[in-house]
Formats: sequence, structure tokens, C-alpha cells
Amino acid sequence: MKLITAIIKPFKLEEVRDALTSLGVHGMTVTEVKGYGRQKGHTEIYRGAEYAVSFLPKIKLEVATNTDLVDKVIEAITAAARTGQIGDGKIFVSPVERSLRIRTGERDAEAL
Amino acid sequence: MTKFNTFLSRGFAASAVLALSALPALAQAATPPVPNKGDTAWLLISTALVLMMSIPGLALFYGGLVRSKNMLSILTQVLAIVCMVSLLWVFFGYSMAFTNGGGLNDFVGGFDKAFLAKVDANAVVATFSNGVVVPELAYMAFQMTFACITPALIIGAFAERAKFSAVMVFMALWVTFIYFPMAHMVWYWGGPDAIGDAAKAVAAATDEAAKKVAQAKLDEVKADAGMLFKWGALDFAGGTVVHINAGIAGLVGCLMMGKRVGYGKELMAPHSLTMTMIGAALLWVGWFGFNAGSNLEANGTTALAFVNTFVATAAAGFAWLIVEWVAKGKPSLLGLVSGVVAGLVAVTPASGFAGPMGSIILGLVAGVVCFIFVTSVKNALGYDDSLDVFGVHCVGGIIGAIATGILVNPALGGAGIPDYESKPGELAVAAYEFGPAVMAQVKAVLFTLVFSGVGSAILFKLVDLVIGLRVPQEQEREGLDVASHGERAYNS
Repeated sequence: MKLITAIIKPFKLEEVRDALTSLGVHGMTVTEVKGYGRQKGHTEIYRGAEYAVSFLPKIKLEVATNTDLVDKVIEAITAAARTGQIGDGKIFVSPVERSLRIRTGERDAEAL
Repeated sequence: MTKFNTFLSRGFAASAVLALSALPALAQAATPPVPNKGDTAWLLISTALVLMMSIPGLALFYGGLVRSKNMLSILTQVLAIVCMVSLLWVFFGYSMAFTNGGGLNDFVGGFDKAFLAKVDANAVVATFSNGVVVPELAYMAFQMTFACITPALIIGAFAERAKFSAVMVFMALWVTFIYFPMAHMVWYWGGPDAIGDAAKAVAAATDEAAKKVAQAKLDEVKADAGMLFKWGALDFAGGTVVHINAGIAGLVGCLMMGKRVGYGKELMAPHSLTMTMIGAALLWVGWFGFNAGSNLEANGTTALAFVNTFVATAAAGFAWLIVEWVAKGKPSLLGLVSGVVAGLVAVTPASGFAGPMGSIILGLVAGVVCFIFVTSVKNALGYDDSLDVFGVHCVGGIIGAIATGILVNPALGGAGIPDYESKPGELAVAAYEFGPAVMAQVKAVLFTLVFSGVGSAILFKLVDLVIGLRVPQEQEREGLDVASHGERAYNS
């Protein structure tokens, strides 16, 4: 099992969700986050006060999946979230030791 | 404060009749005028409109500009000030502003009408037209809303760091020692009929002795007015009394309180410009009561003040928008809203005196100058006037006050300086002279800056020694809503 964490542009969320659903991914967790990488922030001006805002709003999407699906999931997210512009985001893959569905007590692959 | 449109509309017939004989005038004097229902209705509606400027207008305008952790502190301060000053006003404020103060009459009134003594449903007060009166309770309530909003304006200068108890004690002292006297000095006078009747008596006097007595009486009537009024300073709706007064007090307050923790280093962006827009729009609508209502009657001058309030504001908002667009690259809503408020402030003293085209010029100038003050001068001087009370209200008020002395000129489309004396019983327009007219305004501005600036500094110092002006730093970090009021604006 792997946990795939993708940081994407907020407006790409629906396209990514559609792509993952058609792959058979049944669930995911989404968080509104802020951060920066190579994309520069922007300047906000309120009357005389200028603020450099370096943390930009992004969506963090987390999907736990069987190891054999990882490449397809990565591919689907990449295809759906890419605009070709700086700031498209990143994908991280990490191992998952165990999983459990709280309602039924099912474990690991059955719990995904 | 004046209107001479009534003079024009009545035409020359009325003045001709008056000129023919003093008898009709004497007969008129026998039956005291009664309030007109339309005037009374307009004045009461204006009163409610000006209250709406404070709550929720100003509260939301200011509230949206602070960080969300301080939202309730702003709303609470504004509402609490309105409640407190309303009571102080009926207890002694109205009397201090609008009665004869005996030996101190140049500066402040007395206590004859404390606790609204003698101010009952039958009492009437003068307006700006001969033979027109309004119920004194309506006038008292209208002026009450001005007393409420002026101290509330000040809190923006030291928002996000002031101690609530200190704010309340300071405001009680400030309205008592600064606002009530200022209102008296600028707006207290005998009214058109008192001057008209005394002037008629001078004209009617047959022998030298009688003339002397009558002239002495006229001088006495004219002397029974506030000092700035006697200087000839024009302030239709409160450029000096409200805006310069509050603006300079705010500057003194923010200097004495010091900068907010993290000022210039941390993000202090407005938490809701949506609220600020709602508040500014309510201010604009309410300002029709403030300016047009200040004519006390419902007539042509009222409509003039209404239109001036409309167009000067539009011009100032537009001017700020364009200048900011050019200078900073983007046209911002906050800039537009700030320009709108600057225009409202600037047109306040001029609203019943200038013409609409003059008001537009005034609005354009105010929008540009206030923009420069708020965006450049404040940063250069380094004071932390959180919500730009000085840069908008004091600077806008000064521009408006001085421009009033220029734009009142009938040659520039203005209404002219009122003269109740040369044609007793009628409102005439005095000959306009640039020098004296502008100098009277400059003197009034300088006096207000010094009186309110020094007076406020003394009161701030006093409150600082007894209570302390600021909250402790950890409370400022936490936010005043939780630290001072034990509640939060937004629970999600």
C-alpha cells in the first residue's frame, strides 16, 4: 500500500477527482493548504501598506492505494493537474504500513 | 450652515412689502412661527440616517479593515461610544453646546438645559430661514447623532491595541472638554429671527437715543454666538467640529499609544473588505442625513447639499481609483472606498455653500491629496494610524474647510455668505471677498488643530497615567476580541 500526496492548483481539483474516479479510486482526502515552491508569491497593497505574500493557496490531495495502482494514479493526477505553467504542484509517494476501516474493522487492502 | 435659496424663491415681492412698512413685520412677530411638518419629518429622518452612519456603517467600515481577531473590539467600541455619548448628550452635552455660556460663551455653553430642562415637545429652535422653526427635541436628537459619531471616528487611529476601559473613559472626557465646546464655538448662534428682529428695531428707531439702544441690542444678539461662528468661519455640517477635530485627536492618540506589535513587519491586511464596502456604502447613504439634514429644513438648499454630497463623493472615489491605478498598477476596491470617504469628509463643510461643479473639483482634489497622505506621507513619517483617521478625516476635513471659503463665492457657482442683517427678515447674500472668507476658514482650521490636538494630548496623558492606554503585548497578540471581550467574531 502507498499513500500518494499531491499538491495541486485549487481549480484543478475537479478534473483530478474525475480522472481518479474513472481509475476506480473510491475515496480521497482533500485539504486547503498554503505553500510555495518555485512559483513566486505576489504583492498585496492595502492603501499605503504593501505585503509580499509568499504562501499561495493550494490543494493537498491524499489517496491511499494498492501498490499496483500507484503508477496509474500518478499518471492520472499528472495529466489532469498539469497546465504547463510554474506552480502546477508536486506528487509524493510514501509507504503505508497498515490500514483499517473503522466501521467494520476490515484491514489493509480490504480497507482501501 | 445656511440657505439663501428661500430668498430667491420668495422673489422680490416679499422684500418690497417689508421695505414699505415695519407694521406687517410687527404683526408677524406677534404670532410665533410653528414647525412645518415636512421640515420636522426630514430632520427626524436625517437623525436616523446619521445614527446609521455610526451603527452599523462606521463600525463595519472600520471592522472590515482590522484583522479578524480584533473585529469585535471595533464593533464594541463604536456601539458603546454611541450608547454612552447619547446619554452624556442629553445629560449635559446639548446644554454645553447650545445654550448661552455666560462669561465663557465664546467657548462653551452653560447648564440651563442640562437633563433637557425646558426642552419639551412644545419647544422650538431657529433654522436658517426667517420665520422657520423646528421642534427643539428633533434638533437636539439630530445634533446628538453628530456627538456620537465624532468620538467613534477617533478609535480607528489606535485600533487593534487600545484598552477598552481607557477608550471609554477618554471618550467621556473628550466629548465633554473638546467636542461639546467645539460644537458650541462653531454652531451656536441666535438664529435668523433674533438678528432680523433686532435689525428691524434699529431701522425702526426714530431718534438717536432709541437707535443707540436698538443698536446695542443688535450687537448683543450678534455677540451671543460661538467664537468661530463670530469669526465668520463657515462649516455647514461639521468639517471642523467633526472631521478635523476627530482626525487630529486620532493622530495624537496613535502617536501617544505607539505602533501595533509587528507593525511594518507582519501581515496586517484587512480581514474583510466586503464588510468595509458595506460600511462605506452605509456611510454614504447616511451622509445625506448628515449634510442635507444639517440645513434643518427641507428646501432648495437641502437639495443642494444633497447633490453636492452625491457628486463630490463620486469624484473623490474616482480620483483615488485612477491615481492608485496609475501609481500602484491596480485599481483597488479599498482605494475606491477610501476615496469615497475622503470625498464625503471634504464636502461636509462645503455641502450647503458650494455649487455642484465646485464640489466635484473639491472631491477630485480631496481624493488625490488624501491618497498621497495615506500611501506616502504616513509611511514617510512612520506613525501607525491603523485605519487612517488622520489621513482621511483630518486632511480631507482641512481641504474641505478651506475650499468652503473659496467655493462659497457665487462667481464660482457657490451659494454665497449669508447675511441676515442688511435686509432684516430676509436672507441676503453678503458681498464675497476672497481674503476675509478664506482667512476665516484658515483661522478656524488652525484653532481646531491646536485646541483639539493639545486638549486631546492632555486627556490621553491623564487616562494613560490613571488606567493605561494599551493592552499588554500578549493580549494584543492574542487579539482584543478574546482578550478584552471574551468572545470571537467568527466561530466556524
